Formats: sequence, C-alpha cells, structure tokens
Amino acid sequence: MDITYDLLINAIVGGLLLGGFYAAVTAGVSISFGMLDIVNIAHPAFIILGSYIAFFVSSSIGIDPIIASIVMLPVFYVLGLLIYQIYYLSFERRGQESLRGLAFFFGLLFITEVALILSFGVDYRYVEAAYIGPSFHLGVVEVPLRMLVPCLVALGVFAAIELFISRTFTGRAILAVSQDPLALKLLAIDPIRIKRIAFGISIATAAIAGALLIIIQPVEPSVDREYVGRVFAICVLGGLGSMAGTLIAAMLLGVAESLTSTLYGPSWSPAVSFGFLLITLAVRPAGLLGR
Amino acid sequence: MAGAHYLNADYFYYASYIILQYIVLATAWNILGGYCGYVNFGSAAFFAIGAYATVFMSKTLPLPLPLLILIGGAASGIAGLAMGYLALRLRGSFFAIATLALAVVLQTFVVNWDYVGGSRGAYVIRPDNLEVAGFQINYIEYLFGIMMGLGLVSVIAARAIERSRFGYGLATIRDDELAAEACGVPTLRLKLIATTISGAFMGMAGAPFPLYIGYLQPSSAFGLEYALNSIAMPMVGGTTSWAGPLVGALLLGSAQQYVTVTISSAANLLISGIMLIAFVIIAPRGLVGIAEALFRRRDRS
Repeated sequence: MDITYDLLINAIVGGLLLGGFYAAVTAGVSISFGMLDIVNIAHPAFIILGSYIAFFVSSSIGIDPIIASIVMLPVFYVLGLLIYQIYYLSFERRGQESLRGLAFFFGLLFITEVALILSFGVDYRYVEAAYIGPSFHLGVVEVPLRMLVPCLVALGVFAAIELFISRTFTGRAILAVSQDPLALKLLAIDPIRIKRIAFGISIATAAIAGALLIIIQPVEPSVDREYVGRVFAICVLGGLGSMAGTLIAAMLLGVAESLTSTLYGPSWSPAVSFGFLLITLAVRPAGLLGR
Repeated sequence: MAGAHYLNADYFYYASYIILQYIVLATAWNILGGYCGYVNFGSAAFFAIGAYATVFMSKTLPLPLPLLILIGGAASGIAGLAMGYLALRLRGSFFAIATLALAVVLQTFVVNWDYVGGSRGAYVIRPDNLEVAGFQINYIEYLFGIMMGLGLVSVIAARAIERSRFGYGLATIRDDELAAEACGVPTLRLKLIATTISGAFMGMAGAPFPLYIGYLQPSSAFGLEYALNSIAMPMVGGTTSWAGPLVGALLLGSAQQYVTVTISSAANLLISGIMLIAFVIIAPRGLVGIAEALFRRRDRS
C-alpha cells in the first residue's frame, strides 16, 4: 500500500479532531470513575440516550442538535442525581459497591440499550445541520466541519468542567471527596451531597457528548459498546482524576485510531483502545498524569 | 435460536442444551465473581475463545468433541491467566474494565481473521448421527449429553472449591483483601488460579457451540446474552454457594427459552437486565439467601 505524506498528515489532523470529541465523551467518566471511584460502565449507554434525544428533539422541532442537548442538560443532571441516590442507598452505604454496584451498572447498560432497541429499532439514525457536509482546506489538509464543530464544542465543555472543578468551592469539594470524605464532614460539608452533584454533572455531560456523537457518525443503540472500552482506556491512560491527563490521552487515542484505520483499515480501530488499556496496566498503572 | 419447526423431542434437547450451557457459564463466573469478588464482564470473550478454538481445529485437524472441549478450555484458561496477570494486580475495578474491553478486541481480531471465517462466519459440519459402541446416537442428543456432563462437572468442581482451603482463601479475598494479604494468604496466586479455572470452564462451554449451531458468526459467539446472563444468573440465584448459579441458570434460562419463543430475543435481554438490577438492590443474597433466611426463621420458632 502506498502511504503518502498527505494521507498521513490528514490522518493525524483527523485523529486530533476525533480526540477532542473523545475528551468530551470521557469527561463524565473521568468525574465518576476518576474522582468518585464509581465505575459507571453504563455511561456510554447514557451517551447513546443523549444521541437519540438530540435526534428526536432536533428532527421534530428543527433546532440544532447541540442546542437541543444543552436544553436537555437539567434532565440528565436530575437523572444522574437519581441514579447516584439509588447507588448510594443500595450499594455504597452497605459497602457492596465492588461486586453488586458493578453488576447494577452493567444491568443499567443493558436495560438502556435494549429499551432503545425496542422503542427505536436497530436502524441507524442521523441528524441534519448546516455544518454537516462541507469542509475547508488548509493546504493539503482537509478539515470537515462535522468533525471540527464537535471537537470545538467538546473542548469548550472540557474547559468549563476543568474551570468548575479547579475554581469553585463545590468543584474543589468534589476533588476532596475522593481523597478524604471525613475531612469534608469536619468542614460541615455533606460528602454524599457533593458526590451526588458530581455524579449529576457526570451524567449531564452525556447529553452533550451524545449530540456530538450523532453529528460525527450515524447512531444505533449498540454503538455504546465501542465506547465502553474507549472511554475507560482514555481514563486509565490519562491517570484517574486528572482532567489534563484525560485530554492528552484522548488526543493520543484519537490519533492512534485514525492512523490505524488509515494504515490497516477501519475494522481494526476498536482494538487500539484495548491495546492502550493493556499497555497502561502493564507499564504504568497510574496513567500519564496519575497521582 | 431453536426454531419452532423442530419436533417436540428435538426441541427439548435444543432448549435444554442452552440452559445447561448457562449452568456451566454461570457456575464458572461465580468461581471468580461470587467466591472471590472480582467481576468478569467478558464471559462472552471466554465463551467465544472456546467456540473459535473448535472452528480453528475443525479446519486444521478434525478431532472428536471431548478433545475439542479440552482444547477450548485450555485456550480460554490461558487467556484468563494472562488477563488476570495484567489486571488483577490492581484494583478490582480495573479487572472488570479490562475484561469488558477484552470482548470487543477479541471480536475485532476474529472479524479480521479470515481463516476462521472473518465477519462472514464459518460452517462447521455436524454429523447427523454418531456411532458409539455399535449404537447410533442422534447428534443433538450427544451434544445434550456432553453439556449435561460439563454442567455436572462444573457444579461439582464449584462445590469442591467452595469447601476447600482454596475456597476459604478466595472468601477471605472477597471479604477483605488487605487483611487477607496481611495474614499471609497468597492473594495474587489464588486470584490467578480462580481466573484460570473460571475462564477454562467458560471456554469448555463454548467449544461444542459451533457444532450445536452449525454456522458460527462473530456476533453469535460474542453474543451479549452470555456476558449478561453469566452475571445475572448467579446474582439472581445467590453468589456465595454453588447452588446459586445453578438455581439462577435453571430459572432465568427456562424463562428466557419461553420468552424467546413467545415474545422476542430482545425482550429476554431486557428481562435479564431488570432481574439483575432488582436482585442486586432488593435481594443481594439471591434466591438461595432468601431460602436460607426462611428456613432459619422456621427453625427458631
């Protein structure tokens, strides 16, 4: 096969755009898994739910899918509060989160996916927007708007979360809750309330990530499975709880997947994330920027 | 899976085969998950390793089924050991995530591996009859008998493990791994043995599957129902004893056979998911735990 320089540059740029999007997809897991130690493997299913809601709202009312997802943020936030409350009462309080809590999220993953299949079928759905289709050129590099817009929105979301966590009182409390819940109690902060808020934010990001996903590619209910490995690979590679690490890892994975799919064909790209995960676990389990 | 056009007796064997297969899978999952407390989300991957070992061997060197089962078991036992070695040294959640990703990656490899059929799948010729000691046996009855044997072996093995020194070691890991390690329990070695045994049984359950189904596709070997059911069944039955996965597999397995025929196969995944969530929240000790509590109360009064 002939790999030209142009093709390679294009693959790298495409990978960086994809990586930006992955950062938004992983932001929620970075909060729940990285900071709260809640292994929410159902997160990708909520992203697909977000995709379907964005699809439904934007195709029935005719507004932009990204705006539709911003409107849906409070709904996802409340959904997150509810799920955390169930999780806390049933598992965390009883100290059973490691086995039954995991099984709970696993069940949630399936219920969400099958419920979507039963209500919408397995057809691929897609959205329409002005920026889907056209692209512009920078020299030899082609930049499709359908990748650029999600990437920029994703980086915006990512920056907002990072600012919230590092600058606000609640955000710092979220960082503290994973390290020392007792110290929070001494400061008269309820660690459970903080965790509930954080988990709500984590699920809320799924609404936006879902809208971005359905802009990038057509979506059907079982797409979530591809993202389970990807999201956790990024999270572990970046280092648990490190937002900067997550961003770097997302970019790395995006470029690696894009190169793999250019050099060996797109059917190999799902294996890349697992390779990343295994290498991280074997070589540096703390991740790139782990504590 | 088994269509309605099979005659009643044949249909009984087809349906029972699936239920027996779930007994093996659920029991195997429970050896690591229930006894040791480490969650394996990749049952489908181990099952598929066994199934594809059979496809590979049938193209390379045809062997009788019992040998194929041993090969499939060995292959996925080794996979379990390797997985465990990489992921078990870390926190429990890392192992769970790694097994979840394993299924996706193995499926990617199989889809790209033309020798075993790639994404199109592969035919495995199943003889109609098998001659054993001068008797003609219907092949589906033979498969049923084999799976019955595997089911028995796995349940007996689980029961033996539960009451052995090894089993008590696993229970200490489940209850408090740090304390166990401080007391001198060789935690990593025990976990690795449990992962290997558990993976091997899942592979053995998968090895006869290509012969059962006749045409193996990646999507059926890596079916989601294996990953989901092998967790849901022990959770519904109860994870601390060998009887739990057995009860769960019999109950959920039969219910699913009924729902698949009467409603749809998507609905039966939904039922498993709902049962799983309901049991982990409301009855964390499963049906066996409920039964034990009832008997204890009666004894007291």
